[in-house]
Amino acid sequence: MSQSLHTVFVPRDAAALSVGADAVAAAIRAEATKRGLLLRIVRNGSRGMLWLEPLVEVETPEGRVAYGPVSADDVPGLFDAGFVDGGNHPLCHGPTEAIPYFAKQERLTFARCGIIDPLSVEDYRLHGGFRGLERALAMTPAEIVNEVTDSGLRGRGGAGFPTGIKWKTVLDAKADEKFICCNADEGDSGTFADRMIMEGDPFCLIEGMTIAAFAVGARQGYIYIRSEYPHAVATMREAIRLAYDERWLGDEIHGTDHSFHLEVRVGAGAYICGEETSMLESLEGKRGTVRAKPPLPALEGLFGKPTIVNNVLSLTSVPVILDKGAAYYRDFGVGRSRGTLAFQLAGNIRHGGIVEKAFGVTLHELLYDFGGGTLTGRPIRAVQAGGPLGAYLPPALFDLPKDYEAFAAAEAMVGHGGIVVFDDSVDMARQARFAMEFCAAESCGKCTPCRIGAVRGVEVMDRILAGQRVEENLTLLQDLCEVMTDGSLCAMGGMTPIPVRSALKHFPEDFLRGPAAIAAE
Amino acid sequence: MNARSPWSAERAASIVDAHRHLRGNLLPILHALQEEFGCIDEEAIPLLAHELNLSRADVHGVVSFYHEFRRSRPGRHTIKVCRAEACQSMNADGLIDHIRRRLKVDFHETTADDAFTLEPVFCLGNCALAPAVMVDETLHGRVDARRFDAILATGAVR
Repeated sequence: MSQSLHTVFVPRDAAALSVGADAVAAAIRAEATKRGLLLRIVRNGSRGMLWLEPLVEVETPEGRVAYGPVSADDVPGLFDAGFVDGGNHPLCHGPTEAIPYFAKQERLTFARCGIIDPLSVEDYRLHGGFRGLERALAMTPAEIVNEVTDSGLRGRGGAGFPTGIKWKTVLDAKADEKFICCNADEGDSGTFADRMIMEGDPFCLIEGMTIAAFAVGARQGYIYIRSEYPHAVATMREAIRLAYDERWLGDEIHGTDHSFHLEVRVGAGAYICGEETSMLESLEGKRGTVRAKPPLPALEGLFGKPTIVNNVLSLTSVPVILDKGAAYYRDFGVGRSRGTLAFQLAGNIRHGGIVEKAFGVTLHELLYDFGGGTLTGRPIRAVQAGGPLGAYLPPALFDLPKDYEAFAAAEAMVGHGGIVVFDDSVDMARQARFAMEFCAAESCGKCTPCRIGAVRGVEVMDRILAGQRVEENLTLLQDLCEVMTDGSLCAMGGMTPIPVRSALKHFPEDFLRGPAAIAAE
Repeated sequence: MNARSPWSAERAASIVDAHRHLRGNLLPILHALQEEFGCIDEEAIPLLAHELNLSRADVHGVVSFYHEFRRSRPGRHTIKVCRAEACQSMNADGLIDHIRRRLKVDFHETTADDAFTLEPVFCLGNCALAPAVMVDETLHGRVDARRFDAILATGAVR
């Protein structure tokens, strides 16, 4: 047995590292050496079952077998149990792909994440990588754009604008240069899908951006990654270097007359730079203040040139659409929400992680069938869907299907697919105050409703929390929310009222506390 | 470990030169300066204005806009604690209270022994393993008071 080469997978994803994956990899290496076993450790991305991280997998003739969560102390015991051959152990979950959380998913965008070595072009190719790009190279720009339009793909950053229409606008624009900008400023709390795919399948993003570049005639692209993601920055930069080495980036890509150059730019801790025009300002080396629209970035974007600005998940969905065709992708989903979305279960949740499912899945399925309820074991009282500008929803709305229109009808938004779970200890008035506090801290300052409104919002909430003239202050709060919604230049000020108003609508009891109740706390 | 070299106009000028070919190069230059000196030194503002043909107000405006750019040198290590909703749902506020007491500093302050600067952050992308803390560039998940103390006790952050 000691003569055969065993392959063990230990993720290099930041979430796995945050709970000790490096120490586990080192312990496995040391133990194998001690026992004279031939062993190859692949540092893969994460499978997205984050409560099992570090999730160690071993290659067996029957497929990969999963163990987790593994700590360095567990490693000798795992070797004793023969885990390198898939041996049984209390931490063993059997074949990874039979774990119900994973088996019930529909992985299109995340098909390779957690499976391949993220920094091996060869591995990427073996798992279908660059097939979409190869097909695109044989198509005309208009055909590529049509394929994306027909797939029904909508912007995964939150706004849900049809990707193909944006691309067509850039394609039809006449200019001496055009740009592809990937928005990887994933600042919403409760979202980590962009980070995971950049760390777990970076070539997929490179491929998607290169296809976008061919489709509209751009020769330069930028990936704007937030500075809070040092691992994603390092992985993307290394992947870009490797792609240049293998002629998937640069001049005359694979003997064609297409050229595409790609560069990572790092943000500097400003949430607002996730807003597309603010991100463009930042890429130009300026303060990240929002631009008025029109002009659309598709016509006057980076350095005033026609620019595609797409989210990471939009661009990483493009390769599979080009590879398998628009119809394949469009067959997933419901209504006008086609394809899949990588939902992210976060916060107080037992089984947190990525759940890639077709649109139409309900919150209830995500929270209970996948998520297993709260980590604390207490009842779920509220979830915030779609980031800090998303609505707080009560259990009565958990049957809501996840699609753009159904959520909009309920004054909520799917956004980037993040879902933050709170148990019954949450104080929703404090969450409403936080929404205003966050807006005050992160407003770019360009428009008054957002810059001043958020500060006034914190003050009003403080009076409500202190039980001062609550009814009057609630009226004032509603009025303020209306001004911010109607008068703000972008979604920051315009949508901050959504968590505030939804908290008030669904959890009014948390706001209506007199001074007596507060004194009793 | 934060690099905290003393200010050097020559070194700063060579950093600017290394980034001169990039379009929209002010942010990459500021990141590189902070990586070298630990902060954006007051003297960097006129130097960048001169080198990049900008006004001092332009440069100051950019430096002051972004939370990440510091105007004073940090401690040897930077501790970033997530304050966003997912971490709140797992009692990040309790953890933050513990950290403040333990380090005897508030946010944006540096401990008396110059070891740690404490910074708040809105989301580290580790929302399924909340609360999250980042020490320099090392991410930690599921951090409670006990685990935080254990992180401080490891040799890596002395």
